[in-house]
Amino acid sequence: MTWLSVVVQGMLLGGIFAMAAAGLSLVFGVMRIANLAHGDLMILGGYVASVTAAHYGVPVPLTIVVSMVAVGALGYLVQRSMLDRAMGLGELAPMLVTFGISVVIPNVLVQVFSNDAQPLSVGSLGTASIHVGGDLSIGWFPLITLLAAVAVLTVLQLFLHRTQPGRIVRATADDRAVVRLMGVDNRRVYALTTVIAFGTVALAGVLYTMRQGGVTPYEGQLTVLFAFETVIIGGLGSLWGTLAGGMVLGVAQSVGAQISPDLPLLAGHVVFLLVLVFRPQGMFGRSVLA
Amino acid sequence: MTAQTVPGTEATALPAVHRSRRATVLGLTGTAAVLLAMAALPYLVDSGVTGQLVKLCYLVALASMWNLLTGYAGMMSMGQQAFIGLGAYLLFVVNDHGVNVYAGTLVVSALVALLAWPLSYLAFRLRGGYFAVGTWVIAEVVRLIVVRFDSLGAASGRSLSDVTADPVLRRAFTYWLALAVMAAAVLGTYAMLRSRLGLGLQAIRDDDTAAGSLGVDVTRGKRTVYIAAAAGCAAAGAVICVNSLGVASPTQIFGVQYSALMVFMVIIGGIGTVEGPVIGALAYFLLDKYFAQSGVWYLVVVGAVAIAVSLYLPRGLWGTFAQRTGWAVFPVRHTVGR
Repeated sequence: MTWLSVVVQGMLLGGIFAMAAAGLSLVFGVMRIANLAHGDLMILGGYVASVTAAHYGVPVPLTIVVSMVAVGALGYLVQRSMLDRAMGLGELAPMLVTFGISVVIPNVLVQVFSNDAQPLSVGSLGTASIHVGGDLSIGWFPLITLLAAVAVLTVLQLFLHRTQPGRIVRATADDRAVVRLMGVDNRRVYALTTVIAFGTVALAGVLYTMRQGGVTPYEGQLTVLFAFETVIIGGLGSLWGTLAGGMVLGVAQSVGAQISPDLPLLAGHVVFLLVLVFRPQGMFGRSVLA
Repeated sequence: MTAQTVPGTEATALPAVHRSRRATVLGLTGTAAVLLAMAALPYLVDSGVTGQLVKLCYLVALASMWNLLTGYAGMMSMGQQAFIGLGAYLLFVVNDHGVNVYAGTLVVSALVALLAWPLSYLAFRLRGGYFAVGTWVIAEVVRLIVVRFDSLGAASGRSLSDVTADPVLRRAFTYWLALAVMAAAVLGTYAMLRSRLGLGLQAIRDDDTAAGSLGVDVTRGKRTVYIAAAAGCAAAGAVICVNSLGVASPTQIFGVQYSALMVFMVIIGGIGTVEGPVIGALAYFLLDKYFAQSGVWYLVVVGAVAIAVSLYLPRGLWGTFAQRTGWAVFPVRHTVGR
């Protein structure tokens, strides 16, 4: 029964990974940019929430919105001022720019807020749980994060497939030159994509921070790996694959932690490398976005 | 199926393709002079100076290796710290078995090259940014495995068991080792790029699909570079280990900040040139010497400068200079003309 509980906890954890990975997958699908700063943006999202709650008295649930808007706006600025230009310079430049951002963010956070953890508590919700039977109980908060992840992925899927802007985003992913010929400014599509990606990763970051009870500046170096691993385990270009990928990674880490407290990271990485060896296209891999 | 003759081929002579011989000779003579002068330094200056130059030497070696990977083979790695760390840790192993640290550096480069070969099959499953993160994951896995060995100091690092006892000799030997590793990295890169393989690599850098269609064995070229860069980074890792008489912490020697450093040095100096990483390492060395005390802001500046240079000076300092003047210390390009 404990093992069932371990697996369920891992699946719930996977929701956060999936949410973080969705934006990574979207940006890569549309612009072919692998955003190396994705993990740090997630942590930045957590910081925005924590700081607005602690220093400006914003109610904790509202900090989610504040963080998504702030990091989303940053996404617009980054896209317009750096990535648009970098994309014109070749394949390497956008990666270098995002890597530069990933160096800047944590060090600014250390300088401004020190190395100490910035707390963000959801109060009694953090410990409340539903008793399912036996020794299996499911925490309310992890359950909410998983539902939120499913909701985010569903909304993203509906947006990409059922709305006009979403169709344009997918068309741009397929062929930006043709989209331009149809009279669409592809840079606006890119900006929209980046704003969505930064907004969702901020949401993932806030939920991650709430789950951990706080956040430290260099955690982005871990979360960026989780996000990329999730995308690759799930398969590039499939949002439901991303959800499955997050759950596989979450379960791997959770089972690893159950075996020995120093194993969760190694277990997660090893599962990722095994997927790479035996199923490099991922579980639900397709070649293009959505 | 008949072969067609192109009209006029017999009449006009083929244009000559050549690589400047004079620049080659001048460049190599100059380099030899600089290396000889540097080798003489322990007799001339205080060991504090050579101690600092040890750092410059391994920085140049690291930057050259990252440049070879990214600038020539088009593989952006975020995981070279795997090989830096392995170089340092395997040096403990060979040193414990009675090999002195200087010969040991050569041994660990060879061992790491052997390890990098199977790892390349894993890493090459991914491309572009996913390759970058894949190599980073591999580095994390290596670190997490290494810290499971108590004999290697587990999570707290350890010191070398057998080093040269006399401190003056030890510092001089360490410096010469670092100098040799740097010279091997730079001149090895240069030799590799001037070979047939290097011609293929430059084609891969420009467009790997086109290179493949013209008969360049792209995967083989990339694998050779991956293994060579791993060996070079391992040698640099061994130098770092010898220089500090051990490893202070595994998270530091396996830290992604080494990748950040390499990116910075190569971008500043000029990616895809042999000279660029040397210039970039020198720039970083000076920046580090004079601004490292200003704390974390300095790292913020490092990141911001890397962004600015990749956007507004994508050829870097040396690349821009070489393009304007046509100079090359290490000419690898062929030019068409008389």
